[in-house]
Amino acid sequence: MLAMHIPDGFIDGPTSLVAGLIAIALVACSLGITARTLDEREVPVVGLVAAFVFALQMLNFPVANGTSGHLLGGVMAAVLVGPYAGALAVTVVLVVQALLFADGGLSALGLNVVNMALVGAFAGYGVFVVVRRLLGRSAPSVTTAAGVAAFTAPVLASVAFTLEYAIGGNDAVSVGAVAGSMLAVHSLIGVGEAIITAIALGAVMAARPDLVYGARAVARAERTLAPAPAGVP
Amino acid sequence: MSRRRLSIAAFVVAGLVVAVLLVVFVAPHASSNPDGLERIAADSGIDRDARPSAAADGPLAGYGVAGVESATAGTIVAGVVGVAGTFIIVVGVMLVLRRRRSRPPAEPAAG
Repeated sequence: MLAMHIPDGFIDGPTSLVAGLIAIALVACSLGITARTLDEREVPVVGLVAAFVFALQMLNFPVANGTSGHLLGGVMAAVLVGPYAGALAVTVVLVVQALLFADGGLSALGLNVVNMALVGAFAGYGVFVVVRRLLGRSAPSVTTAAGVAAFTAPVLASVAFTLEYAIGGNDAVSVGAVAGSMLAVHSLIGVGEAIITAIALGAVMAARPDLVYGARAVARAERTLAPAPAGVP
Repeated sequence: MSRRRLSIAAFVVAGLVVAVLLVVFVAPHASSNPDGLERIAADSGIDRDARPSAAADGPLAGYGVAGVESATAGTIVAGVVGVAGTFIIVVGVMLVLRRRRSRPPAEPAAG
């Protein structure tokens, strides 16, 4: 089993460094915001999200022509525990993979964190919020919106990779060719990401919907719209 | 719904059990084909300048265990270590963040 993130030397040093600085800045912001907003009872749930994303990233599924794909997990993490704690959880997964399992180069860690943790947890979560608003306030809309957003995550990650290749890659093939093949394969991987994310979200929504960050805004809206039950101050 | 709500502890333990079951029983059967990026890299030559990771000689590099022949056993050990490790590290980070918030404002040091 050889899951592969971006290895060392794939993208040049300056581009990797810039991606590293962007990753450090956004991870630092996420640490600060999570420190202010995290509820104590959520602490083990964020740990569970990281462990689960790690496990799911090991499960490569076949897509086409002898190619496989695996979950990235940024959208799943962000919908479950919020974009900031979710970005941190997936970042820890990528750091552990690079250091312990040699999956993804050490100098490429910033690139991998940007593409798989930050793009998924922030851009992917943005897609989730928009789709959930379009679908209306209901529990199934949370699961559906998470699935739709999860589909976009590998596609957005492949766009980010193509941009990085355009700036700091070698000249083996044209940027257009990289863009085309990356988008094609990652659209298929996105289908897998959507299915896995929707199953996981559906299970958590059935067991503990109150723990789902992306569902809390729905719950708040319902409380505001519904008349308060008698006896509740 | 009158169904009794799962406690957070039970929810987290159940989730960790599912994660361990996935790496023990499903991960050894996961597709061993190259993933999207790896395949495109190999086909196009954009990985021409790629170097092995500095961590490539680690005991768990490549999701296996150094010295253990069986890929299945290696995958399972790597998976369980990864699931436990990521859980412990993230909970540790979150507890440090929580503690930094709940600490009362520092008093000016005497002297």
